[in-house]
Amino acid sequence: MSNNLPETSQHFVADASATPVHVVDSLDETDKARSTWADAWDAMRTRPMFWIALSLIFVIVLVAVFPRLFTAEAPNSGCLLPNSNGGPEAGHPFGFTRQGCDVFARVIFGAQASLVVGLLATALVTAFGIVIGALAGYYGGFLDAVVSRVGDIFFAIPTVLGAIVLISVLPERTPVVIALVLAIFAWPQIARIMRGAVLSARSADYVTASTALGVSRFRILIRHVLPNAIAPVIVVATTSLGSFIVAEATLSFLGIGLPPNIMSWGNDIGQARTSVQTAPMVLFYPAAALSLTVLSFLMLGDVVRDALDPKARARR
Amino acid sequence: MLGYVGRRLLQLIPVFFGATFLIYFMVFSLPGDPIAALFGERPPPDSVIAAIRAEYNLDEPFIVQYFLYVGGILTGDLGTTYSGRPVEDLLAQAFPITFRLAMLALFFEAVAGILVGLIAGLRKGKLFDASALVVSLLLISVPTFVLGFILQYVFAIQLGLFRTTVGPGAPIQDLILPAIVLASVSFAYIVRLTRASVADNVGADFVRTATAKGLSRPRVVTVHVLRNSLIPVVTFLGVDIGSLMVGAIVTEGIFNINGVGGTVFRAITLGEGPTVVSFVAVMVIIYMLANLLVDLLYATLDPRIRYVK
Repeated sequence: MSNNLPETSQHFVADASATPVHVVDSLDETDKARSTWADAWDAMRTRPMFWIALSLIFVIVLVAVFPRLFTAEAPNSGCLLPNSNGGPEAGHPFGFTRQGCDVFARVIFGAQASLVVGLLATALVTAFGIVIGALAGYYGGFLDAVVSRVGDIFFAIPTVLGAIVLISVLPERTPVVIALVLAIFAWPQIARIMRGAVLSARSADYVTASTALGVSRFRILIRHVLPNAIAPVIVVATTSLGSFIVAEATLSFLGIGLPPNIMSWGNDIGQARTSVQTAPMVLFYPAAALSLTVLSFLMLGDVVRDALDPKARARR
Repeated sequence: MLGYVGRRLLQLIPVFFGATFLIYFMVFSLPGDPIAALFGERPPPDSVIAAIRAEYNLDEPFIVQYFLYVGGILTGDLGTTYSGRPVEDLLAQAFPITFRLAMLALFFEAVAGILVGLIAGLRKGKLFDASALVVSLLLISVPTFVLGFILQYVFAIQLGLFRTTVGPGAPIQDLILPAIVLASVSFAYIVRLTRASVADNVGADFVRTATAKGLSRPRVVTVHVLRNSLIPVVTFLGVDIGSLMVGAIVTEGIFNINGVGGTVFRAITLGEGPTVVSFVAVMVIIYMLANLLVDLLYATLDPRIRYVK
């Protein structure tokens, strides 16, 4: 058959510039391998939403840490009843609450409680979930069985419902206590995700390779399995921060979250509901602050997910 | 299949005992004397206290109390409230209302969420898609109780389209507004889930094949794209049945509905232990069964999934 072909086509070799060979040749082997994190960072920093979310979060954190920078008004001192539900005036841009307190100052000072609960609950759930989920998924056996069953039990009790029951019997309600209670009922989600990710990373070739090289099991878990399995947890943790903030506000709104002497958006919304017909703006401002905070963490979570999930990255 | 269902049901048993024990432990072993709370300033005679303690098995060791209680639940006796009313009565009165509210919410979020998500997924990157994404982000970040007040204020108080609170017996037309509020967050999640899933599947080989063999666009979209995109959505809906019942605590509070959420919340604030535990136990059962139902639905939606014995 080859006899019928022109002679040149039998021995034709393409010029190096026309083949992919030059791409391979031009690679610099001394370049460090790019990690998932570096790729993710590149994917994130080109998106405006990432920077919008980040600047919003920066401002909110600043407000929570240094509320005095933003308002000269002490939130509870200058409360005068004649100002009850008063409209905005000079120095009081958001008007007054039913008790005659400055709404703007209360909104500013309320940031702290929300942020403390959100960050602390997320940190607790993430740390506990990663440790428990990784150990269960990696070592398997009895430990895995126990962790999974106990997780099922906590998972069967919806977070807010469990929190309401537990908080109602606790003597003290501080932001730290609320964060702890929320974390107690929310940890199985992260633990499950971590367990699943570790399970699939456990059987990867690089784990077999490390084992063959004589690396200890625990070291493999820490150095090789964990870094490759943690991405989905980071994604869920970022989004759950927002839901913890909402949960705290819901509890405070129901009157069993933070006590009234601790300023929080949930408390303020709960108090403003009694006069929503006459002064709807008193309810609007803390609600807007709350929603904006949750929104910025949600947007950050969205960007992080898109950046860490290769499937989502290909889709964009 | 039957073996699978049986195994899953067996697995639910320890979870049921664990979850009810946890709730029971929190309600009954922690400080606070429910009987003292019953009688205000003047302490009741000792004989009365003893009678009440005996009736609620408060003198038994804690673990015995728990098993007596669970035995009661399993034989259909949910106990009585401290004021002497059977908890069953309370449940029989509250449950249908919340069930109707949750089903209405589920209907809204499923129909509207899948429709909006489908259109957004098919027109990825267009104006409709972008606005659907923005609206869903906003809905997720505005807490339910805030949205409840806004809708109540605008539609009930200002426009007068609905009644501000739900009347006795909770007729359907009064439940429409609360159901929309209850469904809002889940609606947003369903839009995002459906959109992502549809956008994934539209480019899949089986969709190209279906188009290539000459099927009409509506048929390709409904039978091939939609059916394959619904699997994550169905999971979400199943889990959501439980969340809706619980989320109803807030919605029922705003619209003054006498459902499960309202009753549980009142019982918790009044320290009505038996009511709390019984209601939560029923909610946990619903939640678990809904999850099981979802796993079984998988097989009908995705023929690749088969349950082996």
